[in-house]
Amino acid sequence: MPQVEDTDPDPDPGETTQAVFTLNYPRIQIPFEITLWVLLASFAKIGFHVYHKITVWVPESCLLISIGLIVGGIMHSLHEKPPAVLTSNAFFLYMLPPIVLDSGYFMPTRPFFENFGTVLWFAVVGTLWNSIGIGISLFAICQIEVFGVQDITLQENFLFASIISAVEPVAVLTVFEDISVHEQLYIVVFGECLFNDAVTVVLYNLFNHVAALEVVEAGDVFLDIGRFFVVGLGGTIFGALFGFVTAFTTRFTGKVREIEPLIIFLYSYLAYLIAELFAISSIMAIVICALTMKYYVEENVSQRSCTTIRHVIKMVGSVSETLIFFFLGVVTITTEHEWNWGYILFALLFALLWRGLGILVLTQIINPFRTIPFNFKDQFGLAYGGLRGAVSFALAFTLPDNIGRKDLFITGTIVVIIFTVFIQGITIRPLLKLMNVRKTNRNQETINDEIHKRLMEHTVAGIEDLCGQWSHYYWKDKFMKFNNRILRKILIRDNHPESSIVALYKKLELQNAMEVLDQMSGDISAAPSLISLHEERKNASKSRKKFLSSDVTNMHELLSKNMYKIRHRTVSYTNKHTLPDDITAREILMRRHTSLRRSLRAGSFHGTNAAKMSQKYFSLPMGRSLNSRFPPRRLVHAGDGDIESEINYSSIRHPQRVSSKAVMPLRPLNTLKEVASSVNTVDGQNEEQRGCRRSHLGSNVSRSGHLTSHLPHGSSRNCSDGDHDAWVEEPQNNSDVQHPLMRRPHWLPQKPHDK
Amino acid sequence: MGSRASSLLREEDIEEIKKETGFSHSQITRLYSRFHSLDKGENGALSREDFQRIPELAINPLGDRIINAFFPEGTNKKYTAREDQVNFRGFMRTLAHFRPVEDNEKNKDLTSGEPLNSRTNKLHFAFQLYDLDRDDKISRDELLQVLRMMVGVNISDEQLGSIADRTIQEADTNGDMCISFSEFTKVLEKVDVEQKMSIRFLH
Repeated sequence: MPQVEDTDPDPDPGETTQAVFTLNYPRIQIPFEITLWVLLASFAKIGFHVYHKITVWVPESCLLISIGLIVGGIMHSLHEKPPAVLTSNAFFLYMLPPIVLDSGYFMPTRPFFENFGTVLWFAVVGTLWNSIGIGISLFAICQIEVFGVQDITLQENFLFASIISAVEPVAVLTVFEDISVHEQLYIVVFGECLFNDAVTVVLYNLFNHVAALEVVEAGDVFLDIGRFFVVGLGGTIFGALFGFVTAFTTRFTGKVREIEPLIIFLYSYLAYLIAELFAISSIMAIVICALTMKYYVEENVSQRSCTTIRHVIKMVGSVSETLIFFFLGVVTITTEHEWNWGYILFALLFALLWRGLGILVLTQIINPFRTIPFNFKDQFGLAYGGLRGAVSFALAFTLPDNIGRKDLFITGTIVVIIFTVFIQGITIRPLLKLMNVRKTNRNQETINDEIHKRLMEHTVAGIEDLCGQWSHYYWKDKFMKFNNRILRKILIRDNHPESSIVALYKKLELQNAMEVLDQMSGDISAAPSLISLHEERKNASKSRKKFLSSDVTNMHELLSKNMYKIRHRTVSYTNKHTLPDDITAREILMRRHTSLRRSLRAGSFHGTNAAKMSQKYFSLPMGRSLNSRFPPRRLVHAGDGDIESEINYSSIRHPQRVSSKAVMPLRPLNTLKEVASSVNTVDGQNEEQRGCRRSHLGSNVSRSGHLTSHLPHGSSRNCSDGDHDAWVEEPQNNSDVQHPLMRRPHWLPQKPHDK
Repeated sequence: MGSRASSLLREEDIEEIKKETGFSHSQITRLYSRFHSLDKGENGALSREDFQRIPELAINPLGDRIINAFFPEGTNKKYTAREDQVNFRGFMRTLAHFRPVEDNEKNKDLTSGEPLNSRTNKLHFAFQLYDLDRDDKISRDELLQVLRMMVGVNISDEQLGSIADRTIQEADTNGDMCISFSEFTKVLEKVDVEQKMSIRFLH
């Protein structure tokens, strides 16, 4: 070390030499140490992925804990104290919110709400079952003199039980994601983890409170039950409130795009903190807040802000999670333990037993109400996947000191956590493989699979509509109506459903275009990060003599991007947008009408441009907009009221042109340039257009020179209402048409307003 | 099956339908009221227009094919056009394909003939959506037609053609450039057809 001196605030007056190098560690100590810890954890994470095989078999949480144990050992031998990260405040106020926000924000809303009943059932009733069961059995054990733990009261047993029955989202989800479990299972476990927080914390407080009392009165118990509902519901309402406020705020951030992500984060965190203030379930608050605001916010903010938000949430969440596991390992070594063979081992045994029993019993009860009942393998996945983690640990740490056996409880909790994370975490994968749990098989689909599955899904959707099976979706329909009529008007800036459809569509296409660009330019390093956020591209590994695997990959991409989505289904659970079906609906309707018309060759029909489209399969030559063939007016039965939708119809075509060039990998390479420029300008346009009322995309497009060349019709279509030159005459009144199918159908197509 | 116009559902009818399709009593009555509400002409049978009047079905890409599947074929499959009226029994018979497979049924042996909602019958239903001319083979053209129905306007004919070719190539084992029903079954063996082609009928 070069000559250094500590600078003290009051330098010794006798010292006159000017120090050349000074070292002022105390000043930077805290941020420095934080940074180092985070860096260390990140290196650990990078290190794991160097050797790919490890992460396949050993979940990351295990690895992190192990590294933590090692570091903890080092620190212990040096008699250093670990940073006070897992204290109650630091954990609950700083470490937990990002993780929960991450989970909540990326939660696929639709499957979540479809499984809502099941989720609540498992979360609330399941946790209660576990806690009470474990508590009672442990109390029974305590009575046995041999173990020497008679001093633990029933209430304290319940307390401990409630701590160790909290299933932990972080650990479970890493495991489940690693093994690509069936979507339903993922959602149920995930939801259960989130919701059982409310239950656990309430139980914890309840038993804490009760443990301190000498005598338990019935009145107290009822109060606490009431408290449980207050906590749960309160958290939800709070979260929803904050979600709406956030959405409302983003309505006005049109001019200050840079702070949009900040607003999202601040409000979410605020929701969390204020919920903590009122001691209601803060986790529920932040999750519901994220869920509610996502829908509206993603329509209001710019594309860049959207990406930023997602990236930052993921980043902070992952850092937090890494640190937690890391410190779990560290603190394990450095705390004082109290060991009691009997109690701890039985605690472990009962934890596993009661969870297994609980899942069995609960599934039996709820299966009849489920569309897709859980079979035995699913139940096994649910039960075995119930890992405990950091939440339990933090709860144990925050036990009040008047509990005599606090150290025993802490040790017990740690044992349970480490056992579940290590043993169950490592063995769950081979076991599930063995049992062949229904997995979301994202990578092995053949083209056949994809096509036929989609066919089946469409069929089933059609039959469901036919049977009028709407009661399942009754509440959702009501909500959507309410949403469109009231909420959207308040919360979304440009609330024209058409323009928001267009905006959404453009966003999606933009994302797709960017992905395709990334893959085509061979930039492997960028691709995984996009892929991790968007749907994974399927890779068919077979190569037959005619088809290269790249061709097949292209086919998969083409299909997955272009096949019509089913209404109300998520194709993959990472799909974050559900695009309203307007555009596809129109295409389908047009196609049907045309095919009907062609097949009937009605004589009362002149100007048969449509009939001239003798191409068998109604594909359009590239670069032609649909407007040249099909008058949008045909679909707009309400006539004049919907001129607006005609305009936007043309502008809807516009984004399609942009993207269609992007998704044609078979075209020559100048596509790249075209797409690159259009990507930039479209994004730039996004910024401008937020301010515009009716998205005059056509006119804006012609302003930016790049895109006019690609839009032979789109740009000329502008906002010309009366421009109906190429359009085909349609039978105006039903009476002249003989065949019933040629008449205009009596129903109105779904106008976007009414959806 | 003749078009027996019965506007009221009698108990013995319900029993027969129950036996044939496996639906429960309440499901049958519920579906009957739906049938009745669709039947605008009040003649105890549904025509194609009645189906097309359902808006959601109209915007379903496969709407026409699905509607078609309800109408029973004539006795001589290849040459007789389908009938244009379907009565309640026919309606239920088609819907029975979509009943979820219960576990206890999976192992039932097939002495009474295969239930309508067996895996094979579900697959057969899907197969028939492709196979318009009912020659028990999905030709390239038929595949292309369905593909075109399911896909947006952005895909060109050549691309769709190559997708169809690839599909046939993956499935075709006997080299006739068509997909037969057994090849279809084989290629979908890993897919959970029982779950995918099932809907939960409310009680």
